[in-house]
Amino acid sequence: MQVNAKVYQDTLYLSILGELDEHTAHYARTAMDGQLEKDNFKQVIIDLSGLDFMDSTGIGVLIGRYKKLQKRKIPIFISNPSNQAEKIFKMTALYDIMPRIN
Amino acid sequence: MEYINQMTLIFESHSINEGFARSAVAGFCVQLNPTLDEITDIKTAVSEAVTNCVVHAYPKKRGEITVWVGLIDREIHIRISDKGVGIDDIEKAREPFYTTKPSEERAGMGFTVMESFMDELNLSKNGDRGLVVEMKKKLACKRAVKVGGGNVRL
Repeated sequence: MQVNAKVYQDTLYLSILGELDEHTAHYARTAMDGQLEKDNFKQVIIDLSGLDFMDSTGIGVLIGRYKKLQKRKIPIFISNPSNQAEKIFKMTALYDIMPRIN
Repeated sequence: MEYINQMTLIFESHSINEGFARSAVAGFCVQLNPTLDEITDIKTAVSEAVTNCVVHAYPKKRGEITVWVGLIDREIHIRISDKGVGIDDIEKAREPFYTTKPSEERAGMGFTVMESFMDELNLSKNGDRGLVVEMKKKLACKRAVKVGGGNVRL
């Protein structure tokens, strides 16, 4: 599990790499929050192209980050989910709060 | 019911074993030639069930988790059981978004994911302690299955 971050033109790109489950959730939260605390961006795009596996623990992690950003009115988007992640996102209506972009 | 192959794993409720359990089950099921999507569905369902054991069944003290897998032709049967604290109201626990730990950013979607990624989900009490999660999945395509030194069953 690894989280890579870069800021480009007011957008914070967070790439989640590896497997996101209950075991790695704590690290993912801490790593993402470390970047989200900064104020050098106006929107966040979470890139899942390098995510090999995710279960519903991932939904809890994403919604937790959304709640933090919502207070600052910063929108958050999902890009490149796997088929499996897409299924879980649709099931939980995650895209209602974190739309998918290409 | 005659299974063509079975396996049982017993391990402690460490969170690192979530990855171990889903990979081991997926590895065992590969002999039925599932599609990548089917394998991912199974991995996800197993991960949800084992995570429940780690987080909810044994909240304080580590305990034993047993994962059994049985294969019959195109069907995969999985049983994941613990001897933990158990669930009082199983029907309530199955409801989407129901969680006993909202403060921990938990989605409450574990059983819903298992239900939709597998064809059947059955929950029952494991005697007076713990829970038994039974899941079944039918593989879409009929393929040759090799067991017992190369016998091919269609």
